[in-house]
Amino acid sequence: MLNLTPKEVSKRSALRINPLRTCQPVGAMYAALGVHGCLPHSHGSQGCCSYHRTFLTRHFKDPAIASSSSFTEGASVFGGGANLKTAVRNIFDIYDPEIIAVHTTCLSETIGDDLTGYIQDAKITEGKYVVHTNTPSYVGSHITGYANMISGFIKYLSESTGDKNGKLAVFPGFVNPGDMREMKRIMTLMGIPFTMLPDSSGVMDSPMTGTYEMFPRGGTTVAEIIDLGNCQSALALGEMTSEAPAETLEKKCKVPYQTLPLPIGVESTDAFIMALNHFCKEEVPYALEEERGQLLDIMLDSSQYSHEKTAAIFGDPDTVLGITQFVLEMGMIPKYVVTGTPGSTFDKRVTELFEKYQVEGCVVKSASDLFELHQWIKNDPVDVMIGGTYGKAVARAEDIPLVRAGFPIIDRYVHSYLPIVGYKGAMRLIELILTAIMDRQDRDCADEDFEIVM
Amino acid sequence: MDPRDIVLDKYSSKVYKNRKEHVITINEGEPNVIQADTRTVPGIMTNRGCCYAGCKGVVIGPLKDVATITHGPIGCGFYSWGTRRNKAKGDENTKAFGEYCLSTDMQETDIVFGGEKKLKQAIKEAVEIFHPECIAIASTCPVGLIGDDIHAIAAEAEELYGIKVLAFSCEGYKGVSQSGGHHIANNGLMKNVIGTGDAEPIKYSVNLLGEYNIGGDGWETERILKRIGYHVVSVMTGDGSYDAIKNSHTADLNLVQCHRSINYIAEMMKTKYGVDWMKINFIGPEATKKSLRDMARYFNDPELSRRTEAVIAEEEAAIAEGMASCKAVLAGKTAAIYVGGSRSHHYINLLKSLGVEVVLAGYEFGHRDDYEGREVLDTIKKDADSKNIESITVTKDPDHYKERLSEQELMALRAAGVPMEEYSGMWEDIMDGAIITDDYNHFETEEFLKYLKPDIFFSGIKDKFVIQRSGVASRQLHSYDYAGPYAGFKGALNFANDVAMAITVPVWDMVQAPWKKEPLLEGSLGGMESC
Repeated sequence: MLNLTPKEVSKRSALRINPLRTCQPVGAMYAALGVHGCLPHSHGSQGCCSYHRTFLTRHFKDPAIASSSSFTEGASVFGGGANLKTAVRNIFDIYDPEIIAVHTTCLSETIGDDLTGYIQDAKITEGKYVVHTNTPSYVGSHITGYANMISGFIKYLSESTGDKNGKLAVFPGFVNPGDMREMKRIMTLMGIPFTMLPDSSGVMDSPMTGTYEMFPRGGTTVAEIIDLGNCQSALALGEMTSEAPAETLEKKCKVPYQTLPLPIGVESTDAFIMALNHFCKEEVPYALEEERGQLLDIMLDSSQYSHEKTAAIFGDPDTVLGITQFVLEMGMIPKYVVTGTPGSTFDKRVTELFEKYQVEGCVVKSASDLFELHQWIKNDPVDVMIGGTYGKAVARAEDIPLVRAGFPIIDRYVHSYLPIVGYKGAMRLIELILTAIMDRQDRDCADEDFEIVM
Repeated sequence: MDPRDIVLDKYSSKVYKNRKEHVITINEGEPNVIQADTRTVPGIMTNRGCCYAGCKGVVIGPLKDVATITHGPIGCGFYSWGTRRNKAKGDENTKAFGEYCLSTDMQETDIVFGGEKKLKQAIKEAVEIFHPECIAIASTCPVGLIGDDIHAIAAEAEELYGIKVLAFSCEGYKGVSQSGGHHIANNGLMKNVIGTGDAEPIKYSVNLLGEYNIGGDGWETERILKRIGYHVVSVMTGDGSYDAIKNSHTADLNLVQCHRSINYIAEMMKTKYGVDWMKINFIGPEATKKSLRDMARYFNDPELSRRTEAVIAEEEAAIAEGMASCKAVLAGKTAAIYVGGSRSHHYINLLKSLGVEVVLAGYEFGHRDDYEGREVLDTIKKDADSKNIESITVTKDPDHYKERLSEQELMALRAAGVPMEEYSGMWEDIMDGAIITDDYNHFETEEFLKYLKPDIFFSGIKDKFVIQRSGVASRQLHSYDYAGPYAGFKGALNFANDVAMAITVPVWDMVQAPWKKEPLLEGSLGGMESC
């Protein structure tokens, strides 16, 4: 496996090998699927749209609907205005969504299509909406595209009427429906009125009923997005994913926001609960205290198995940052912490964590790739890898257990239904990590060292 | 009204005008002309991909010893990384690049100032890290727009590093589907690879063309061919290699499995090197038997014919019991089948041998000849959207051209039903009354499901869960749902077992919650408190 990867790390300035990120539009598509009655639309050639739908479907094992402008060579030269106009008419005619959320690809961005103009010219059925965002694939990553699409919804729809609605606006970050459900459960337990944008729960984890529904029950409604402008305040979960949309809402509707890391692990979940607590000013319900205490109990009980175990953590910036914080809380050493998404905030925040927990010899790198991570591991291995499916080849090549967390996970089932955020999510994450480490001990130890009780 | 009319009627007049030529009902005695290989209607939710997918994803990507660099932003390379199951094995002499995704990962500055410098540097880095024998460059959408000259860079790199460097201008917007990409890949292999090797010809040599070894299909096919006594020079391109394809011109016969993606090379190799080609089909026991017997007729060697019958008898006997028990489960069921450009036809006969009739079928990007047969080739007019896909012409190679069989011998074979340079398309095997939709879309999928109610629907990942959610069993016929092989005799049994499993899994009986089926009981039982 991966036999051609040399141990010696050479400097690369042009060749990307085995990337740890993908391009903007798929993030925009995922964000748009978290809006109720929304059909994501890819303004480019149709290959992108097919690839992105496929990517999401493989991760969620659920349908991911989206349409395309289906550029031909002619449109690529003369502009895609006619394609978009035709597409909008056909989409409302045939599929009847409440809203079409347009994103772009490197094709329409390179030719400089003016989406704002096209949408103004398009015939939009009364009571329906078309919004857009620009998502050039040659800038940032799918995380950037996700943030851009959420900002796009706000720019087009959110309004401040001056009448506050008493709600908290929540940007959940690039997470699974299972995580969004967990965030909502916590907020409901605490009695917080909120609007979450986007919300893919009930869309990308919808049930088998025997009837296919193109627009399932879930998703943030257009009315809720409009009313976001009247929220008391906003919570941006995941600095590198959610701060841009929160900023957009503040700029447009003067809704103040607070940025927090994704609530993964103890301290980050504590910070989330504290922020909610400041918002509602009620006592934190015992149910959450109990969960927190259970989590700490588990962490203490099992600490001999996690203490000073080394990990390589890879994936999307906010998720990786969250997992890094949690493994440090577990007494582990996050030896390699990498994301494919560019941006110095990541390096800064992870370095702060290294310093806070006083771990030595750990490496952080943004805009990195799996090839580089593999080379580091070849030179100095780790006890466990934590990240998405593509890490499995490295894990197999170097005989390291892989804990699947993040995007994309396209070779296992169930994961997207269950959280890694909140105290409950942390329990799940610690179970996954401990099981990986302890299974390995069971497999590798001598027969006479094989333990029944652990 | 028949289902076709009901469904088409729901379209606006403009869309109706377009789609009515692509959606037809098969009627006995009528010529059944279909419109295909035309541009997709914007916004209709097609299942099609692009030219890059057809070139890099399908034809070039599987070449195991070729380091294929995607020149573009990161997405295209990422999405085609390990997701099409074209299996390959490396060894001490063959580097296998299948586990790698190489990309120039273009950034904004590359769009503004051009990506040529970065591509050159990426090639240099690939050479230094991997020392490949051959590098391929695959273009994505922005490359053509900003004017990067990948062909000049390839020529320069070839000189500089003393290796083969192939360039493919397969920008996603070219043509109307994956199909343009196949053609571009075929041209590149024909111009730069095929015929450049110097191996000595071997007796009973064949090439397996348009076989991408999904789930090991090619290996299963090769296993059977080797048992009979054939020598497989090269496979295009599943588990295929640059090294083997160089010598493909030394084979006597090209076996064309996927007509759509590789017929260009088959034709050109006949003209240039005199290699004959026949349409074979190794999907399903009946088709496999016919193909093996057609090959035996072509080579016309008594020992080969004897081995052919012996192998057929043994292989068939090994699966007979399993096939019969699956048939008992499946007989009388109906199916829909929508795959890219060839499987929709190939699987019809395998399903028939299991007692399953196909009532609904189509291709994403087949051309009219894949539906109607090659005899309509002369009547197909290229439209504006595809005319920029280069068509190359080749001439007899004075050094390597060799006539295998005389034109009279070929005529005699054709007369005996051996498909030499022939393909009769899906029409040959689809049943009367079946509905065909070309470039199928989400709407038509949902609608025809309602009206035709097939027991099982074969297609791809994008609509698998749509169909399953509707209560209809669904198996993927691109990825085989991570199973396979499905080719040859053993593959047919794998397929039959998988289809029977899909239809009989216990979950189907649990879909409706019990409280939706029965009225709630009221009152108390046995003195217990009612709850």
